Amino acid sequence: MKIKDLFETMEYGPAPESRDAADQWLDAHQREFRLFINGEWAPPVSGKYFETVNPANKEFLARIAEGGPDDVGRAVAAARQALPHWAALSGHARARYLYALARQIQKYSRLFAVLESLDNGKPIRETRDIDIPLVARHFYYHAGWAQLRDTELAGYREVGVVGQIIPWNFPLLMLAWKIAPALAMGNTVVLKPAEYTPLTALLFAEICRNAGLPPGVVNVVTGAGETGAALTKHEGVDKIAFTGSTEVGRIIRKATAGSGKKLSLELGGKSPFIVFEDSDLDSVVEGVVDAIWFNQGQVCCAGSRLLVQESVAKKLYAKIRARMEKLRVGDPLDKSIDIGAIVAPVQLRTIEELVRKGVEEGARLWQPSWACPAEGYFYPPTLFTEVSPAHVIAQEEIFGPVLVAMTFRTPAEAVQLANNTRYGLAASIWTDNINLALDIAPQVKAGTVWINCTNVFDAASGFGGYRESGFGREGGKEGLYEYVRQTVEDAFFDKPVVLKKAKTQSRESGIAGMPPVDRTPKLYIGGKQVRPDSGYSLPVYGPDNLLLGEVGDGNRKDIRNAVEAAHAARGWASATGHARAQVLYFLAENLAARSAEFAGRIAGLTGCSPEDGQREVDASVERIFYYAAMADKYDGHVHHTVLRNVTLAMPEPIGVMGVICPDESPLLGFLSAVIPAIAMGNRVVAVPSESFPLSATDVYQVLDTSDVPGGVLNIVTGKQEALAKVLANHLDVDGIWYFGHQAGSQMVEHDSAGNMKRAWVNHGRYRDWMNPAHGQGEAFLRQATQVKNIWIPYGE
Amino acid sequence: MKDKEKQKTHPRVPILPLDLEWIKSIRVNRSAVERRADTLGKRRTVKKEWQAAWLLRAIACMDLTTLAGDDTPGNVVRLCAKARQPVRQDLLERMGVGDLGLHTGAVCVYHNLIAAALDALEGSDIPVAAVSTGFPAGQIPMAQKLEEIGASVKAGAQEIDIVISRAHVLRGEWENLYEEVVSFREACGPAHMKTILATGELATLTNVAKASHVCMMAGADFIKTSTGKESVNATLPVSLVMVRAIREYYERTGFQVGFKPAGGIRTAKQALDWLILMKEELGNDWLSPRLFRFGASSLLTDIERQLEHFVTGTYSADYRHPMG
Repeated sequence: MKIKDLFETMEYGPAPESRDAADQWLDAHQREFRLFINGEWAPPVSGKYFETVNPANKEFLARIAEGGPDDVGRAVAAARQALPHWAALSGHARARYLYALARQIQKYSRLFAVLESLDNGKPIRETRDIDIPLVARHFYYHAGWAQLRDTELAGYREVGVVGQIIPWNFPLLMLAWKIAPALAMGNTVVLKPAEYTPLTALLFAEICRNAGLPPGVVNVVTGAGETGAALTKHEGVDKIAFTGSTEVGRIIRKATAGSGKKLSLELGGKSPFIVFEDSDLDSVVEGVVDAIWFNQGQVCCAGSRLLVQESVAKKLYAKIRARMEKLRVGDPLDKSIDIGAIVAPVQLRTIEELVRKGVEEGARLWQPSWACPAEGYFYPPTLFTEVSPAHVIAQEEIFGPVLVAMTFRTPAEAVQLANNTRYGLAASIWTDNINLALDIAPQVKAGTVWINCTNVFDAASGFGGYRESGFGREGGKEGLYEYVRQTVEDAFFDKPVVLKKAKTQSRESGIAGMPPVDRTPKLYIGGKQVRPDSGYSLPVYGPDNLLLGEVGDGNRKDIRNAVEAAHAARGWASATGHARAQVLYFLAENLAARSAEFAGRIAGLTGCSPEDGQREVDASVERIFYYAAMADKYDGHVHHTVLRNVTLAMPEPIGVMGVICPDESPLLGFLSAVIPAIAMGNRVVAVPSESFPLSATDVYQVLDTSDVPGGVLNIVTGKQEALAKVLANHLDVDGIWYFGHQAGSQMVEHDSAGNMKRAWVNHGRYRDWMNPAHGQGEAFLRQATQVKNIWIPYGE
Repeated sequence: MKDKEKQKTHPRVPILPLDLEWIKSIRVNRSAVERRADTLGKRRTVKKEWQAAWLLRAIACMDLTTLAGDDTPGNVVRLCAKARQPVRQDLLERMGVGDLGLHTGAVCVYHNLIAAALDALEGSDIPVAAVSTGFPAGQIPMAQKLEEIGASVKAGAQEIDIVISRAHVLRGEWENLYEEVVSFREACGPAHMKTILATGELATLTNVAKASHVCMMAGADFIKTSTGKESVNATLPVSLVMVRAIREYYERTGFQVGFKPAGGIRTAKQALDWLILMKEELGNDWLSPRLFRFGASSLLTDIERQLEHFVTGTYSADYRHPMG
């Protein structure tokens, strides 16, 4: 082109980033990569390789080893062998390694950026300005946590060998999110990169070697889904961390059930982008660009559902369309493009299919007038308006540059629409009214809420899902707990800890010469005593097989009713910590007032001495006090993220929880299991001990007198395993705790996969409930909450 | 020149009634604006021939400026010669634009130098712009401001850069601001009016947006960021807010108002950032001197050096380019 012509047209020209260094690096490896195991490059046992290609032009980039089960085995063995030394290093020593990795990443930042763009198809601007800087930041941040672990996380140790499976949309960033906290906390790692995008993980492996990381601390086994499955199932792995689709996450949840492996899952999303009429609409438009046209929309937390207040919808749509017309799709290595290539043809077909579906369903499609490059896998930015929640495109994660727009009339309706999804990864809220913003943020079911911004990330902020978007957090202090265990867990017992039987056993006494008045414990649902739906009762026997009474034989319908009652009591979640504490103190007070009766009951049920019974009641009162104290003190953080903003990390209740109570310590075990959940604002459906249910049913009379609102704690007696299964499968239960045997633990974890509810089980390892180190503490509160990070930029 | 033809086909921006409801509804989120401003120059870039062409365009859109207490006809004449021949002819020819007739958009001076500038620019298409209304602070009586405008127009200035009373903005007195600018516009008569907001003294981006809209309603042909004398002058976030206001005004009224960032734009790279801003937010119409001007004094030298680098492949020195 002549400069004279360009002076008239003022077009953008090509602005390619050089790929020479990346090609040289690939060539230096003969464009063939083996597995990185124990600090060496090892050929796959099978001898099989697959190809990775550049989605922008379909060119071959390199041959990649396909790791099989044997290779996974070797990698796990290497990680296991490296573990004792690595875990025994001082925090400072591990901090030095992580610091070195951060520096190495910065030194090779452009090579990483170009390689990532070539392999994935994402724009060089994004890898250069977003992905790679975030990666370096993640290692720096966690170098700090390595330094601080022993003081800031006293009482915790490493989990062990961690298997990590990462997706193709942010290959190196997801690697960083996985590896940095794992290493900082003293774990060793076997990482499986996504088959489409293995290259930057392999460059990272090389950098680990350059940084002098001990062999076996980081192993990289490339391969496809089967490689990941082998890693998931491997018995030598202590934890699995996975980022990917909800479908695969569910498979992993089931596959690891009962194995004792810790699990964190970061899954799909259909995140709402809520626009109120008082927002800066021009800024909203750029927010939309960042939300759905970042990384071709292949972002788990993409703001893919635009919810606009009716009064400004038309105006906003017009602005968005005008902006879309200006977006540039093309060569990912061109520094002047906004949208690169879709990662693979299969993904492109999925997008095309869902868009076709949207058109069929009657939504209004809009795409810019210009055409995408014909070579390579490209898809234009796409806006659907006139979309309803009933449309498939409003519910399914498209994972492409496709935005679906709906309108709302009121803030309450915005929240309803926002939460009308199985997912709960992120949300973006746009308004200039801080009252409105901070009113909506807690109501949206999402792990991350961005006010007047979107898709901003930082190592200091936890990221992760609600609902079927997974569980666990990555980043922030909250993310560290995925990579540690409490040291006290090592002291748990293989058998239940039961009270010693007394020599002479107490009897419940009546008036001489008269039969005792029959007491009929019922189920306790929604603050009322109700008869079991079945019409059956279960006998309760004392230690010498003496019939002590009967309890209701609860069934699935009773569970259903209890769950509904629990949902109806949602006001408990928004009650202040102080208000909840007051109720719990009152509960403790009323329990203490009847302590002799409760002590006698424990003795009667277990055959322990009255003194032991009294000790358990005293411990129970103290336990309630502990959680009453914590109700207004277990609070969040303001994270030091790098944006000018306040990042609030707020612990929120899980929601409605099923709690399968321990079969030991009739009163203390029951209360230790349910009170922390309630203290944090959850509503509980409790299934008491099958052997000693009467202590639990006695409690409901105390609940009645203690102002515990109806529905906050529901008690369904009956056969524990059957009821546990109903709760584990219930799709409107958000979390489940199980304190029984190994088989039950496995069942609960397995069946929780239906709605990916948070499952916390004991794997048949028993606590001594009388010991506060076992039976209470922040571990319970952490399991009773999920952290929501709310980003609030400021500045007028 | 094509620009002249265009000017004929575009009606001049009229004075419209003040719409306070509109002003009240304006929302600007600073953090979001800064985020967009920060990524504008990272999402787009121009290289090689494209960059050269864009830099030539920056020159065509430049109000070559001198606004100093020690200005004399001597240095103003020198500046005007530079405005006529902003780039060495040999470089222009090697770029194939020797016959383009490239000159700057205007020469911008104080009132006292108008005559000298007019003399020096005689026979060229280059208009003389004069700063006015008690520039830079505007802290003089209204009558004197109007007189100053009248005198400058009479002296032959085709463009008048006025300063607004910042107090009206800071006190939220939009009617007063509107009336002030309407008076200025009427005093300008045929001369085009550039309204300097002095954004560095307006405290918030919301104030910048509101003041932009009021000035456009009051008939500003251009809205301009700064005098160059405030402690903070043209910034990208401020400019983004102003060009979005121009876009909104165009969408609502159909009238195209020009934009002039001034103060602190010294490098070719910065000039490209602003051109990208204009192209992305407003479109190619706003890449012409009719609707876009840089207020700059030292920018030209850096652009000349970059152009020589483009032509020769070696880095240049400022003394190789005739001074203005």
